[in-house]
This record gives sequence, structure tokens and C-alpha cells, in this order.
Amino acid sequence: MTTENAQVALGFFQTRYGIDQNILNDLLAVAMSRGGDFAELYSEYRQTSLLNYEDQAVRQSSGGITQGMGVRVVQGDSVGYAYSEDFSIESLKHAATTAAQIANSSQGKVNPVDATILSGANLYPIEKPTIDARALEKLEIIRRVDKAARAHDPSISKVSVIFADELKRVLIATSDGRLAADVQPLFTIRASVIAEKDGKRERGFKSASARRGLEYFDQIISPEEVGVLAAKQAVTNLSAIEAPAGVMPVVLGAGESGVLLHEAVGHGLEGDFNYKKLSNYSDRVGEKVASELCSVVDDGTVPHTRGTLNIDDEGNPTHYNVLIENGLLRGYMQDRISSTQMSVAPTGNGRRESFRKYPMTRMTNTYMLNGETPFDDLIKAVPRGLYCVEYGGGQVDINSGDFVFIVTEAYMIEDGQITAPVKGVNLIGNGPDVLSKVTMVANDFQLAGNGGMCGKNGQSVPVSLGMPSVLVSSITVGGTAA
Amino acid sequence: MENTELDLNLAETVVKKALAAGADEVEVLFSQGYESGVKLRKGKVDLLNEAQPKALSLRLYREKRAAVAYTSDFSKAALDDLVMRAMDMAVISDPDPAAGLPDPDDLAFQYNENLGIWDPAIGDIPTEVKVEMVRRCEDSAFAFDTRINNTGGTTFSTNLRQVGLVNSLGFAGTYKTSHCSFGLDAVVDDAEGKKQNGWWFTISNNFKEMKSPEEVGRIAAQRAINKIGGRKIKTSKMPIIWDPMVASDLLGTLAGSLSGDALERRSTFLIPFEGQKIGSDLVTLVDDPLRPGLRGTRPFDGEGVEVRRKNIFDKGVFQGFIFNSYTARKTSHKTTGNATGGIGSLPGVGVSNFYIEPGNVTQEEIIAGVEEGLFLTEMIGFGYNPVTGDFSRGAVGWWIENGKLAYPVAEINIAGNMKDMLSNITQVGNDLEFLFSISSPTIRIDNMTVSGL
Repeated sequence: MTTENAQVALGFFQTRYGIDQNILNDLLAVAMSRGGDFAELYSEYRQTSLLNYEDQAVRQSSGGITQGMGVRVVQGDSVGYAYSEDFSIESLKHAATTAAQIANSSQGKVNPVDATILSGANLYPIEKPTIDARALEKLEIIRRVDKAARAHDPSISKVSVIFADELKRVLIATSDGRLAADVQPLFTIRASVIAEKDGKRERGFKSASARRGLEYFDQIISPEEVGVLAAKQAVTNLSAIEAPAGVMPVVLGAGESGVLLHEAVGHGLEGDFNYKKLSNYSDRVGEKVASELCSVVDDGTVPHTRGTLNIDDEGNPTHYNVLIENGLLRGYMQDRISSTQMSVAPTGNGRRESFRKYPMTRMTNTYMLNGETPFDDLIKAVPRGLYCVEYGGGQVDINSGDFVFIVTEAYMIEDGQITAPVKGVNLIGNGPDVLSKVTMVANDFQLAGNGGMCGKNGQSVPVSLGMPSVLVSSITVGGTAA
Repeated sequence: MENTELDLNLAETVVKKALAAGADEVEVLFSQGYESGVKLRKGKVDLLNEAQPKALSLRLYREKRAAVAYTSDFSKAALDDLVMRAMDMAVISDPDPAAGLPDPDDLAFQYNENLGIWDPAIGDIPTEVKVEMVRRCEDSAFAFDTRINNTGGTTFSTNLRQVGLVNSLGFAGTYKTSHCSFGLDAVVDDAEGKKQNGWWFTISNNFKEMKSPEEVGRIAAQRAINKIGGRKIKTSKMPIIWDPMVASDLLGTLAGSLSGDALERRSTFLIPFEGQKIGSDLVTLVDDPLRPGLRGTRPFDGEGVEVRRKNIFDKGVFQGFIFNSYTARKTSHKTTGNATGGIGSLPGVGVSNFYIEPGNVTQEEIIAGVEEGLFLTEMIGFGYNPVTGDFSRGAVGWWIENGKLAYPVAEINIAGNMKDMLSNITQVGNDLEFLFSISSPTIRIDNMTVSGL
């Protein structure tokens, strides 16, 4: 049994570029000509489209096609990598020969690729990918976002909306005989708003993203909601006070606060850093690395979600992977090389930005499991602290575990009540340290629906995050009001 | 680069096709290159990669409606398809009187091709030589201190690229750039088992101008060792001494607020301050695309416009925003030749070689003048709000006491407002080195908020 997506992708490369099993086998033989543990061919055809709407006019309509094949040869944990941007046999063979240079023995073993390809459920069945939708349909959605944002408050002076989408077809063949293929749709809508009042200017953002068609806007979030949320953030920030500076308790709101997990523990639990013993979590499986209230998973199988994949970019199926269970470190995310080095099974976390890049261990959808405490109890427990709602991204130093993230919407908590909005908030801490200070976990789990990108070694991939609200008993808040 | 010369005729053919299909204004931007990398980790070759990327981007206007399409397939069929797709997309855009190619008078019909940014020898460095250099780099880090027990690896990268630009106003230009680099991440375990890394690098347009592997390895190791035992400090306001790396980062952050794009989108705190003195007398910020041999050097901008050296800040006075032709027209200014060419997108706006004029004090002298403060060596996170100028980043460095470095600090945050920070620059060092296209000497900024304990 095969998924329909896989069949479609397989047929596509065959029909359009003549890439059939014979050619794949020939190329794998070239790639393995100097030996190596395995070789892999990653073919990609990606259509993109972008509409940029500003000041109630379409300022830019653009789109493009990138296609090519990346060839990877692996010996131990050493990688030879080359790619070709066209599918001519000559060019593909040149790439395979170049990648082969990493190995230094005689012809390696190639098992002919198997026609029976990966089976499994399609995690993003779509009737009509957005890339095939008419521009006018997308424009209609954009206009609704824009209109709602502008109508929200007279202080709104500027609204821009971007609708970006893509459809990616991939075909993966490996020298151990595996053939995998997929069709991966993805869209992102982003609203940016400027509010101005009494000489003050502030901004607000909201994005939404999924592996779905335009039905998303009827079923999940309306265009109006996207616009209003962006506008509200800008208007709220107009009256925001300077953030306090120093150590205090912080309530991280449900959903988008998942960026904490992503930065504080996610990167540190990527297999490649751990077999190289570069992470603060290296050699710590079974140890307590967080408060017992915390269970964290990376789950590439949540239907339609931005970080979800039927197969990872090495052709392995994605999984629900438990990373931390009741505070104990259970395991790492793994790609093919890291799993071999650590003698465990791959977890479906081998991802890459495009055929131009080699895969690394990467997150998919990283989230914390739900707790039992009502949200209000978390707020009531704080005499003076912060409540953080929306974020502008973060960064971690993998080695030390020190991280920073930017909060774009936050409020003071005073005497157990949410009070004034604050601006310019940064949270800074150390991953294991902060997770050990989680003292309450609420029962309001949410998966964030925004359009997050995760960067690592110059490669960017779409991810999702989520969590219930949590109370961290103390964290350094980098404000300006010292 | 393997005998590849960009074929300007190919671009001209695409321009003609688009005009024939009904476009009023057309531009083709394309590039072709060769890049390679050799990565060594703990003495073993970890990665070999090589590629010849290419891309062609078509920008056209039809009754002032913009469209951009790109492809990496240069076959006739693909290029025909590209033109048709772009023409279809233009229908969707709304007409914008400011849209279009630059004014012909602004184009760099004559330009200097010899700007010292092309060293073909970079394409011919044998793999063995690269391996040997990165091996020496890693070895010198391990030899520097026995506590250095791991590395994230050392990658020797080379990059050669030719860029071509052809438009329907008769401009046809091309230039070649090259650079090579390697950098090392040295890792050390501190007393509490926390790992610390130190990163250093060398990058140059010319192979012969790279720093010695030993120097790079030593500095990376020193930077890792320096972070051992970092602790928090008390929350308060204090002077911060920015080492050149972080000062360059700060200038890069400011650069985004200088663009006509930010002005037009009302997303820069500088809107009310054109022509006003908001920085201290020490703030002279130069944008110099023609300074030879640097990463930001270019003979013409991303849409073929003439480029020149200019002061964006002069002794603290903000001289004005930088523009491409679109943002200039949109805001009633003249283009400053600061278009950045994007494959698959409309031109953006950006600085070229951007730096602060150096002063005449050494870094040691600057530190010696601080009674209590922070010597900042690294930042993490991206906390900057260009609309308000609010700046907030995680920080790593040293606590300064009585003019001397006392102990390393970590897990702290620094914050301020960019406008205040510019006016609080009280010292600028003499140690300007062009590490990146955006570079700075050591600077001192007073009265910043440091959050810690």
C-alpha cells in the first residue's frame, strides 16, 4: 500500500524528468563508487507564490520554481554533498561523482530501490492546494484581513498582508533500497500593522500557517481574526509601559509560549549535537532535566500542522517522540547519522531546507503536554511578575543552554491580577534551569498556529510549537525600567 | 569557476521576449557561481560539499503593475514559461505610479570593474591545502589550553559568483566576486559541567589575505576559556564597552532602520529626525560601496544604479535615509544607489560597506576608563523594535571593576533605546577592522540597563 501523495510525486518526477528506478539505481551506483555506508538522492520540485498587499494595493505578485537533486554520500558521520539544479543525466552524474569523494575505498553496496514505497496515512489531505487557487481567491482573504485590521481602531496607520504559499514534491532514494515520495503543501499569511497616536508609534503582528487549503479560513481562523489580532497588539503596545528589569515569576501563556521549549530544550535535544557531545543534555538520558510537571514531545504527525511531514527529508516516517516525561529525559530527536552514531532508531527528524542542503536533526512540532491546574490559579499565585502572550522569536546557545526570547505582547501581574501591558520584554535564562523552575502547569493546552521558522547552521525549516500556560517561579526579565 | 561566463545575451533575449509579450519595463538579474566547503572536526574530514548554483530573476512592469518570477532552469522552454508566468502575475498587481525601473540618468552605464573583490585563485585551492589549514586551526585551539576538549568543527568555504543585470533601458552590467573563509567553534566544559563555546573566523575576498589558522584557533579558544564560570550581575544602569564583533552587530541592527523601505512603511524610529543631530559628535557612519576589496563592495547597485560613498550620520547628524528607486519615488527623494538585488523579489534597500569612523583610543584605554561596567563580547537573541528603536538582547561578557576585567558574566540582558544609545556613545576605539560588510571598532555606550539578579 502506498499513500496517494507518494504515487503522485513519483509519477511527477518520472513524467516530467524521466527519473525512473533505473536512473536512480545508476546514480546510486555512481555515488557509492568509492564506497561509503550509504548514499541518498533527494529530488525536489518546489513551486512558490507570494502576494504582498500594502496600503490596500497589491504591490508585488511573484512566484518561482526551484528544482534539483541533492546527492549525499555518508561514511561514518562524514558527509559528501553535491547537487544539480537540472535533471540532465550528465549533471546528475557529476553531482554523484562529487559527493562520492568523501569515501575512500572500493565500490560500496547498492540495493536496487524497491518499487514498493513507503506506506502510511496522509497527514495533510487537501482538496485544493492554495498554490492552485486563483490569485483572486487569495486576494479576497487578504482584503478581509486588511479591512478588519484597519477597522479595529482609528490609530491604525499602516497595514500590510503577505500571503505566501508553496507546493513541494520530493522523491528520496537510498542505496539500501528505499524509495519514498511526498507532496507537501504549505501556506502562511502574515499581517503587520502600525498604530500611531500622540506621536507614538507601535507595531503588531499576526501570522497563521498550515498544510491546508483555503478552507482553513472557514474552519480554523477567519481572516478577520488575523487582522484584528495584529491590530490589537499594535494598539495595546501604544499604551504599554516600560518592562521591569530583573528576576521575577513569569506566567507563559498557552500556545505560542512553546518557543520556550523550542529554544530552552528543543535544540539541545537534537541528536547531532548529542552524539558529538556538544549539548548540555549530552549523556543525560534518564536524568531529571525539568520539573516533574513537564512532559515534552516532538511530534511530526499532528495533522495539517506546519511542522508536520508524512516522511522526513531522509525518507523516514515521522513519529510522536517523547523527549521529556515527567521531568526525566527520555531520548533525543534523531536523523539517520545521529541515530546510527547513538545506536538507536531514527525518529523522523532528518530535515533540510532544500535539495541544496544536507539534512540535519531538526524539530517538527514541539510541545508540552497539558497540565491540570486552571489558568486563573497561575495568575493568582503571582504577587508581582509578568504574563507573556506573544513572541517575536528566540535564540539559544546550544553548548551552554543559555537562551533569549523576545516577547511582543506581555502584561504585568500585580497582586494576582493581570494589569498594564508592558513592552520591550526579553526573557533570558538557561534551559535546564528554567524548566526546573516550572511550578504550575495549566489545563489550557494550545498548539500555536503561527508561521514559525527555525534556523540552524544557515538552514531554515517550518516548525510549530505549543504548550499549556505555565508558571516559572523565577526568570530574568530584560527590561529597561531598572 | 569552471569556465563559466554569464551569458548576457541570454538575459537580453529574455528582456526582448518580455517586451514582445507586452511588458513596458523589464529587468533580468541573474547569477551563477561555484561554492565548496570542507569541514573538519576533531581531525577528521566531516563534510565535503560542492555546488554550482544559478538563478535568473525577471522583474517586469505592465502599466506600472509589478511582477517578479524566477527560475534556476535556463532552458528555452523554461525561460518562455517564465515570461508568461510573470505577465500573468502582473495582472494581479495594482498599478503604482512609483513602480518601475530606475530613471535612466541614475544608471551606472560606466562602472569600475576593478574593485579588488575577485580572486580566481579561490576556485583553485586544492582540497588538501584547505584540510591542512583547518587542521592547523583546530590543532592550535586544542594546544592553546587543555580544557578545550571539543569543537563544533571548522569549515573552509569558498564562494565565487558572477552577477549580471540587464534592463530594457539599455543597461547591461556584470561583475565577479569571490570570498573564502573558515571559522572555529571551540568548546570547553566549565566547573559546573556547563559547556561554553568560543567562535572566531577569518574571511576575505582574496585567499592571500586570510588570517593564519593558528591565530583563528587561538582566538576561538581564548573566547571559550573567557566564558568559564560566567555569573549574573546585579540589575542596574551602567556603561557598556562593545567589542568590535558586537559593535558591528549593533550597527547592522541600526542599518535596518536607515532604509527608505522602513521610512515608507513607517517602521523606523528615525522618521522625525532627518537632518537632526541625534548622535554624539563621535557618530560618523559611512556607507562606502566603492572601498576596494570588501564584502559589501559593488560597482553598481541591485538595479544598476550608480553607487557612491556617503556619510549617513555626520558627527551625530542624521543625513537622511538610503533608497532604491522605488522607495525614493514613493517618498519624494532621490535614489542613493542602495538597492539590493533579490532573486525572485522586488529590489530591497541596504547598506554596502557600513562602518563607524574610528577614533584614536585603544580598547585597553577605553576599558581602563570604566569604574564599574560591562565589557560586552557576545549577544544572543534578536530583540530590536525598529519602529520604536527599543533594543534588548541577551549578553555575555566581563564585569569591569576599576578599569580592569574582573570576572566573566552570563545570562544577563542589556537594553536601551537606539536613539539614546547613539547619543550616549562616549568613546570610539582605533581598532576598526573590516570583518564583515558592516564593521565597527570598539565603542563605549553609557547609561544602558543591564538586567541580571
